[in-house]
This record gives sequence, C-alpha cells and structure tokens, in this order.
Amino acid sequence: MSFRGSEGQIHPTTPPLSEPSGWHDISLTVNGEPVSAQVESRLLLTDFLRHRLRLTGTHVGCEQGSCGACSVLLDGVAVRSCLTLAVQANGRDLRTVEGLAGPDEPLTALQQAFHEQHGMQCGFCTPGFLMSLAGLAEHGGTPSSDELDEHLAGNFCRCTGYVNIRKAARQAFGLPGPEEASRG
Amino acid sequence: MKPAPFDYVAARSVEHAVELLAGGTDAKVIAGGQSLMPVLNMRLGRPELVVDIGRLDVLNHVRISDSGALLVGATATQAQVLAHPDVNRGWPLLATAVANIGHPQIRNRGTICGSLAHNDPAAELPATAIVLDATLRIQSSRRIRTVPAEQMFVGPFMTALTPDELLVEAEFPPPPAGAGWSFREFATRPGDFATVGVAVQLVRRDGVVADARLVLFGVGGSAARVHSAEEALTGSSPSRVEDQVRAQLKAELDPADDVHASAGLRRDLAEKLTIDAIAEAWARCA
Amino acid sequence: MADGNSSRFFGRSLARVEDDRLLRGQGCFVDDLDIPNVVDIAFVRSPYAHARILSIDVTAARTMPGVVAVYDGASVVDRIKPLTNSEELRVPEGIAALNPVVKIQPAPILAVDEVNYVGQPIAMIVAETRYLAEDALEVIEVEYETLPAVFDMEAALEPDAPLALQGEADNIGVYVRHSIGDVAAGIAAAAAVVEETFATQRYVAAPIETRGMVAQSDPFTGGLMVWSTTQTPHRVRDHVAESIGLSVDEVRVQSVDVGGGFGQKGILVVEELLVPFAAHDMGRAVRWIADRHENLTADAHAREQVHHITLAADADGYLLAVKDRIVVNLGCRNMVGLVVPYNALCHLIGPYKVRNVDLEATGVLTNTTFTSPYRGAGRPEATFAMERAMDRLAAKLRMEPAELRERNLIRPDEMPYRTGLLDRRGLPQEFDSGDYPEMLSRAVDMIGLSEFRQKQELARHEGRHLGVGFALYLEMTGLGPFEGARVEVMPSGRVRLYTGAPSQGQGHRTVFAQLLADALGVNLTNIDVVAGDTASIPYGVGTIASRALVTAGNAINQAGGLLKQRILTHAAEFLEAEVADMQLEGGRISVKGTPAVELSLAELIRIVPKLAGGSGSDGLSETSYFQPPNYATASGLHATIVEVDPATGRLDILDYVVVHEAGRIVNPMIADAQVVGGVGQGIGGALSEHMQYDDQGQPITSTFMDYLIPVSSMVPDIRLDEIVCPSPTNQLGVKGLGEGGAVGPPAALANAVEDALQPFDAIVRSGPLSPSRIRDLVRDPNHS
Ligand SMILES: Cc1cc2nc3c(=O)[nH]c(=O)nc-3n(C[C@H](O)[C@H](O)[C@H](O)COP(=O)(O)OP(=O)(O)OC[C@H]3O[C@@H](n4cnc5c(N)ncnc54)[C@H](O)[C@@H]3O)c2cc1C
Ligand code: FES
Ligand code: FES
Repeated sequence: MSFRGSEGQIHPTTPPLSEPSGWHDISLTVNGEPVSAQVESRLLLTDFLRHRLRLTGTHVGCEQGSCGACSVLLDGVAVRSCLTLAVQANGRDLRTVEGLAGPDEPLTALQQAFHEQHGMQCGFCTPGFLMSLAGLAEHGGTPSSDELDEHLAGNFCRCTGYVNIRKAARQAFGLPGPEEASRG
Repeated sequence: MKPAPFDYVAARSVEHAVELLAGGTDAKVIAGGQSLMPVLNMRLGRPELVVDIGRLDVLNHVRISDSGALLVGATATQAQVLAHPDVNRGWPLLATAVANIGHPQIRNRGTICGSLAHNDPAAELPATAIVLDATLRIQSSRRIRTVPAEQMFVGPFMTALTPDELLVEAEFPPPPAGAGWSFREFATRPGDFATVGVAVQLVRRDGVVADARLVLFGVGGSAARVHSAEEALTGSSPSRVEDQVRAQLKAELDPADDVHASAGLRRDLAEKLTIDAIAEAWARCA
Repeated sequence: MADGNSSRFFGRSLARVEDDRLLRGQGCFVDDLDIPNVVDIAFVRSPYAHARILSIDVTAARTMPGVVAVYDGASVVDRIKPLTNSEELRVPEGIAALNPVVKIQPAPILAVDEVNYVGQPIAMIVAETRYLAEDALEVIEVEYETLPAVFDMEAALEPDAPLALQGEADNIGVYVRHSIGDVAAGIAAAAAVVEETFATQRYVAAPIETRGMVAQSDPFTGGLMVWSTTQTPHRVRDHVAESIGLSVDEVRVQSVDVGGGFGQKGILVVEELLVPFAAHDMGRAVRWIADRHENLTADAHAREQVHHITLAADADGYLLAVKDRIVVNLGCRNMVGLVVPYNALCHLIGPYKVRNVDLEATGVLTNTTFTSPYRGAGRPEATFAMERAMDRLAAKLRMEPAELRERNLIRPDEMPYRTGLLDRRGLPQEFDSGDYPEMLSRAVDMIGLSEFRQKQELARHEGRHLGVGFALYLEMTGLGPFEGARVEVMPSGRVRLYTGAPSQGQGHRTVFAQLLADALGVNLTNIDVVAGDTASIPYGVGTIASRALVTAGNAINQAGGLLKQRILTHAAEFLEAEVADMQLEGGRISVKGTPAVELSLAELIRIVPKLAGGSGSDGLSETSYFQPPNYATASGLHATIVEVDPATGRLDILDYVVVHEAGRIVNPMIADAQVVGGVGQGIGGALSEHMQYDDQGQPITSTFMDYLIPVSSMVPDIRLDEIVCPSPTNQLGVKGLGEGGAVGPPAALANAVEDALQPFDAIVRSGPLSPSRIRDLVRDPNHS
C-alpha cells in the first residue's frame, strides 16, 4: 500500500523484511511527483508501480516483453516496464497511464479517441496502447501511417481485433481513417 | 515468473564495471535488458550479481571516427542508431537491419552491443556485423582487445566474450566505395525474430563481382558467411551463377524444424531471400 | 418495454460508460485490489506428462524466507473435495436416450500419487510476495517414476495405447452417436461423394489478463470473500462452498473488472478452490495471479479435433447424406463432458438441409493439459470440417462453392426449421429464424465474386495466386437454464441493476443499462450495473456460450417492467390517482394530463416506507429470472479474398467480409466490435496460433514468443453487413453474438488458400496456415 500524505506525495511501501536480494534507495519522478523508495534488486518496475506505489493502471500480460500491456514512458520514451528493474528507474522520469489526464481533467485527445472509436473492450491492454502511442507522440509531428502501424504491432489486444484501435490511433494523430466499415 | 534473487550494482565507470565482472561472483551485464530480463523473469538464468552499465554515459555514443568508421558504444540503443542521420547515409544496411529488430518499444531500450553479446541465432545484428566486417572492442580488468566480428559469434547464444569481459564498442568501417548491399528477412509476424534472414554486400569491378560477403541467419547455428557461395559469385556476374549459388546453399545449410517453421521452409526461404538479395545488392553497386 | 416507440436507447450506438475509468488507469482488475497484508501464491507443477509420485518433501520450502504456508496433496486431500465441473458434466434427459458415455473424472485438488500432464498442481506455496513464493518452489523435492504416456488423440484410441489416466479402462472420456435417416442409402444414391479428414489444432484462449483471484475471510461474518476473474461467479461460489464445506451463503464471489475470458475463465480449475481454501484455512488474505507460463501451459487449452467426414450429393449438388466421425482431445481428464463434442456435433450441418445424418463424437484422454470451451466451443472446428468438405464437394462437382451452398440452404419460409437432431438440451433442434440465402447473396455481392473470378484468372497468368473462400455457420445462442436480474431504486433515486452475468469486456454496463432504461423509463445515466456479485442476486449462471444478452437481457427487461409497475402503483397511492393514469418517463413520475404533478424516484423511494401499500412489499425492488424456451439461432457468413505467395508461404488477406444475423441489436457499435474481435481471434487461430507439445509431452509454445496471437497488421479492416431476423424466442427479439466472429475465419481462410493454390492441387486439411504449412502444401500437395 502506498498512501498520499497531506503534502500530496506518494509514499511507497518497502520490500518485505525477508527479501534476500540486495536493497537500494531510489529517487525518481512519477507522473511529475518526486518519489523516494527502497526497492530490492530484483523488483520489476511493473511490480514497483503496481504494488508499491499502487499505480495499478500499468498492467501485466506476459512478463516476457511480448504483449506491451506494461508500457510506460521512461524519460519520455515508451518501454516495457516488465523488462526493466525498478532500481534502473533511479533518477529517471517515469510516466504512466495515470499521468495522462489528471483526476479532474478531461481525457486527453488520445484517450478520447479510444472512447469514441470503441478502441477497447476489456480495457486491460488499453493503458499499454495509450502509453506506447504517447511515446510516439513525444517525437512530435504526425507519424506516417507505417510508423503508426509499426508501433501498434508492439502491443497485443485479444478482444478488439485491432480494427477500432487503429481507428482510434489514426483519429488521435489526425491521420485519415480506414474506409469506414459499412453497415447494411 | 519473477527473477531469482541477485544483487545489483550500477557501474560508475568502465573500470568499475569490469572490476565487478572480475570479482569472482557469477556476474551478468545488463545493458538494455531486452534479452536478459526475459531470461531472468523465466529463471532461465540466475546470476548472483547484475552489473548495470546503463549509466555509463561514456559508452553512450554513436559517432564517426577520424578514419570514417562508425563507432557505437555499449549503451547506445538501437533507437539511437536508427535515428542517427549518418547511419542512414553511410551504413544503410545497418539501418535496415536495426529497423527489422522487434518493435520501436524494444529498440528504445535494446542496445546494439547487447544484441551482439547475446548472439541470438535469429538476430539481425550479428549477421550485420559480420557482413560489414565490424570490429568489436572488448575490455576486462586483464586486458583490452579487439575481435573481428567474424570471430565473435561462435555458436547460438555463444560469443568470444569471456564472462569477465565487457563489449565496450562496435566499430563499423565505412563500406567499400560503390559497394551494393541488401538486407532481407522473413518473419511470421512483424517484429518477430527472423525465420530466416540474409545480409549481402557486393563490390563490382569490370562488370563482375570483385568481392562478396554473404551472411545468413536463422538457418541453424549462429550467423555465418557462406563462403562457398561467395566464391561462386566472385569473378562473375550474379545472374550467371545463380544455379551454383543455389547449389551451394543446398549443400551448406542444415536447418532444423522448430515450432515456427519446417526445415523445408527455411531452406526455401534462404534460397529465395539470398537470390533476391544478391540481385538487389548487385543493382545497388555503383 | 423495449419495443415500439418507447425504446429510446435500444438500437443506439451509445459510447460505453465503462471506458472512462479504464482509460485513466483506474479500472479495478483482480490484481489491482489493495488488500492489506495479502500474501501471494505460487504452485509447484508437474514437469512430467505422466508419472507416479513417489514422494514429496516440502520441509525445506517451509523454512525459506517469507514463506507463510506450504500445502501438498496429502495435506489437503481430506479437506477439499476434488473438482467436478458438475453443470458441464450433466447429461440432459433427451441426450441420455442416445446412451452417451460421459465419465466423471474429478480433478484431484493437488496431485497425490499420479500426475498426468505437464503443469498439474502438486503443491501450493503461500509467501509474502510472488518472488519469495517462486524461490520456495525451487526447493520442493518431488520424486517421480515416469509412466507410459500418450499425446496424440488417435493414437490414444488404439487398443494397446498407454492409459492417460491410471485406473481407467480406456482413454475414452466421452462418446456419443446420433443419426437420423439412412446414410448408407444416401451415399449409395449419390453422384459425388467426398471423404476427407480435417483437423483443428490445439489453441489457448490466452486473454491478456490471466486467471487470478484474491480471497479473504471476513472477520466480521466469518464468511469468505472471493474476488475473481471468473465468467461464472455463482458456479465458483457453489463449488468453493461445497468443496471446503461452507454454506453457499458464507461465500461471496465477485467478478471485478476482467481482462477477457473467451471461455478459458468459464470453467473451474482446481486453483480456484485451493486459493479460497488457503484464505479460509489461514484466516488471511491470499492472492494468486497466473503468470503467462501458467496460462499457456497449465490453464485450459481448446479446439483440438479431427473430423473424418463424408458428404454425399446428387449431380446437382443437393446433399444426400453427411457422416462425420469426430475425435476431440480432452486432455488429461474429462473436465467438461459433452459441451464441446456435442456442440460440434449438433452444429456440424450448419444452415444446410440434409435428412440422412450420422454423427459420432469421441472425447479422448491424453497426457496433455485439460481443454475447455473456447469462443465458439466446437463450432469453429465443426465449421472447418463442414465448410472445407463443401468446398471439396464443389471441386468434385466443378461447381462454384457459393452456388453449391446456395442450393442446400434452409429457406426463410421453412423457419422455424427442425433438423431432426436433438439440441444440447436433448430437445428437438429447432432454428427459430434466419435468412441464409439473403446472407449468402449479400456476401457474394460484397466480395464481388464474379469480378473476382476474372481477376483471379488474370492474376494467375501473372504468376499471382489469389483465392476466395466462404464459410457459413449457425450458432444456437442463449444457453439456459436461466439468468436473473434484480433491479431496485436506491435511496438516492438512482436505479441499480444486479445480474449474475459479468462482463469480460463486452460492455454490459452500457448494454444492460440501455435495456433497463427503456424498460423503466429512466435515463441511462441514472442506472448502475453490478454484474457478477453473488451477494447481490442469489442465483446466476454467467457469461459464457453467447448467452448473456439473451438470458440476462430478457431478465432485465422483465424485471424492469415489473419494477415500473411497482413504482407506478406506489406513486398512484401517494398521489391518489389511478395506476392506469400514471406514467414514468425520463425518471419523472407524473399523472397523464397533469404534468404539473411530478414525483422523482428519489422522492418516491423516501415515501414508500410510509405508504400503506408499502407494507408487505419489497420496497422498490424486483427480481426476475428468464428461462429461454429455445435457443435463439444466430448465423454468419464470412467471405475473404487472399493472396498467397507460393515461394514463401506468405498469406495476405486482401478483403474480409462478414454478414451476420443476430436478431435485434441493442448497441450496434458494441455488437460490431464483438464480431470484429471474434474475427481477430479466428484469424489468429487460422494463421498462427498452435499450442504444441514435443514427443515427451512438454509444451513447447509456452511463451508469447512461440504461441503467436495476432498483432494489428494481421487483422485487416473487416467489412460488415447485417440482416435482422428478430428471434421469436424472447420478447426483445435478440440473439447472442459473442462467439460468432471466431467461428468463421479458420474455414473461410482455408477455403481461400485452397482456392488460391488450385494450380498446385493442394488440399488444406489442417491449420494453422502458417507460412511453413502453406509452403509445405505447395511442395507436397498431400501434406497434412
Ligand atoms: C518482444 C521482443 C522482440 C524482440 N525482437 C528482436 C528481433 O526481432 N531481433 C533481435 O535481434 N532482437 C530482438 N529482441 C531482442 C533485443 O534486440 C535485445 O535488445 C538485444 O538482443 C539485447 O540487447 P540489450 O541491450 O537489451 O541486452 P541485454 O538484454 O541487457 O543483455 C543481453 C545479453 O548480453 C549481455 N550483454 C549486454 N551488453 C553487454 C556488453 N556490453 N558486454 C558484454 N555483455 C553484454 C548480457 O549480459 C546478456 O547476457 C527482441 C526482444 C523482445 C523483448
Ligand atoms: S507484461 Fe510487459 S510486455 Fe507483456
Ligand atoms: S481490450 Fe481486451 S485485450 Fe485489448
């Protein structure tokens, strides 16, 4: 459990006392907030975010780097948090899906596009797609259709068949949509 | 699927890193972690110590040397290399190979040197290093040495590196003037490791091949030149020796069936990709 | 009622109410729960396909850092009853008349003396973190003596085959044969007979969220709280209670946000009994989240079937007889009985008319992971066999495959149509409504069949290989026996709906609210949907078998109607008006003709306890259960054009068309997306997914690097069309469509590939159509 003190900071929980791998003090920023924590050497960044900081929007689908559900922005680029050790995030800037739109803010254009195009069903893969595409957006400018497709190929979705995810992504990046699926 | 316990040290300098590697524990370098982390998560590897070279900014370079070679430091990511304008201009084969690695999200962390040190038999970069005649600069607490790429990759997931050595830099010499190149691979899904891939560099003189480098990967064993096919090409024009090249490939390749492809498909692809790649490289020769 | 002019929400593509939280990373999936001091579970699993356990030593594990408890078979065998998926194993009366074999082979909670597949749980470790639990796994010592094993289902049927499960007489877990008419006579009279073998490979549903649960005993009530990824929370409740000896009232199961299920989370596995048991036994919150390796190797597999099929037709292509000997790989034991084999059997004929039918299904035990229904549950496999056979028949008759199909279709004026077979309930199989010829002709137009044939011819001259493939199927949806809905006005005046059918991404919170809003006359935004909490409604079945909309949807509509009546009665009493003069619209109650007198639900709910008529009544709450009188039969047609590169085996889908019919559609946007999502999964199975074992029974596609689920570029932009034949079986006129999309692709794509490879005389007999298989077919047309 983490909790928010009156000063609004995230307070992470510590490793269990029985943890045999070495411990480290790390400091980083998470969604703009400074965080200091103790982590064991082997702690995956996914588990740090989810279980020590209670930022559970970052999901775990494989822990092998394949599915992209765990995508976060590390110093502004999209990476797999399951293939990163928490301790490697020391001193870095981390952004997760929770940081896209603040609790009282409207959805970002990217999120809104997923909503409008029904680019999600169970929503389990969605944070990964959002962060991966947020990473692409960080490059600035409009990606080519091929670049967008290449990014999308790095994330798995088992529910949607991707068609609406592509529509959402194209809408978000201002690319022309595919031929609208026709309804009789 | 969680790693077994290990200790972790972020190396402060190259010397510190190699000292840690020489320290007598079972230590592993972590660079981008895109190959090491799955291995750790699945507990297929269980080092006692993980030495993180990720903070060694001295190794985070992609630059051109005085002699015109491309130098890629150990912590330079695949994405960095791909984004570098000189790479696209001077080493288009390398740029194409890197663009075929995984997904952008993987290349954002994966390093060039990490891939060379890992030597997955289906990986693009070992083949690329061989075909471009790269040199690998390797350092340990005992010595500094250089190893030509051709001697680096000794078998699947095996290299000339000893456990205490750090690959600090890969040097890609400028390709011979006017050389033609081609890089082709076939993968089941985009971003997957190659089922089969080929990298070719040809030099044309007087209407015939003066020098040929042909490297196949994903066909069993680790990436390697197919010398017999190179010999068949040398001194002749590629279209004239197509049958010979095919015959040499048939004779030399011995892929196995695996979950992704039958040996038969691998043989067929190797032949087709090679013939197409030779034609493309030939057409690109100045 | 959701018909006529009063439907304000039915039929509208409303954006989903569930999205906002999910998009902000504020969903609540089971592993997101923040339970203080929760401990994690990991399982020791069998490394052998078949072995006798000689000894298990867990003492070292007990002393490992962070370990809280270790259970092995001996320590639980007397405390938890073995698992039997009793609902699935039940044989309906009508089917019993066919004298089927359905062996009851309860799954041991933890293996005691025998393991019969790689991945079988042997011991459970509870530790402070999953990391520490996995550390302790490694020091558990188990001594094994390997036993002969069998992996291939047809080999398992040989008389001298090793027994996959000790103590059984043979490897047959399920057997049923069902025939009508005279097949021999049909074949004898035929001008063309096709005899073929078609096989569907083993798949894993592999939702991106794996199976998991958190359980905690409640210190206040002494009961057990279970948060789960299950598709069937009430069944989990019943099984947990029964197996660990609690009353069903003491167990509460809640499906939280679930990241896809597709059937894999629709059946119970032993872990789902062990985890609540551990919480109960230790009085402590415990959590188990399967990792991807467990999901791919030790959770349910699916689909592996072989069909030895014979079609007989006259010279004009009219079907005279169909015979099929179906073999289904059940894996290590009979977990779900007739569900998949019989579903394959009774969907095999599809939309065609044929009066001589002889179908036999045998479920075989092998030393592989158990299997479960997976999206389509026998239909994709049956459709693959039947629709491939139809194409072979068309080839034999030199007929356009679409034309052959057209001749044999059931006509709309023959509806309701009885096939002469028994359905899954053991009652006469009757298709309620549909228009298959219209579906086919639309698909033929959309795909541009005649222009395509010209293009195909021209392309062949250029050395390009294009092919077109069709697949038609039916889906008897809305499986009973019932589903319920409880609706109530809350103190705030909002309306809450409870049902036993949870969502794994299908958008129930939106679709169910649309139905209730219409039935009640309130606004969508005033409705909250709670699906899958056993404490909120006493009985439920769940979200499986394309049933949620038909069963829960109609229950919601009924309950909404009853609640509206109750609201109006109370309001009439308070306003001293006639009930018949009352109306409820947009959440406001008023007397017709006197709009000035208005009452909100919030006002009414406060008054109700004080009304005379309030005594003996249930406040403002109603519960209703819907029992479908028959299946609502949906149908679909997939048509695709592909290009195959014979040199590399590469396949490109150039066009993919789906025409589907699923009765009246509540939310077209969501319905379309269900179809497209199903097609995406079907394409994965058709082209790349294959769960493989080596010759020692080791699963070798045990990561997402090897088990290849589709990525974006593999699924083209699907073109959809739809026809509507409202189902007469229920008041809403709806049918299920959750599974349909996944049924067509393997058959449609295989047909298209075979069409493309016609110059090579290749016959596609099995999937997946990976480059490797296609290339093998080009090299050797008889390659299986
Ligand atoms: C989903 C996915 C898809 C991928 N697809 C591809 C693909 O198509 N093609 C491909 O080639 N790769 C692919 N990869 C692997 C990726 O390219 C890796 O980045 C690369 O193989 C290793 O580089 P790294 O920096 O991540 O090394 P790490 O994972 O950090 O290390 C890999 C190994 O090399 C050693 N090592 C690393 N750096 C050094 C050094 N400087 N000196 C000595 N030893 C060192 C490590 O000890 C370790 O044994 C994929 C990975 C994933 C997760
Ligand atoms: S969980 Fe990280 S890529 Fe799947
Ligand atoms: S929406 Fe369920 S996995 Fe993508």
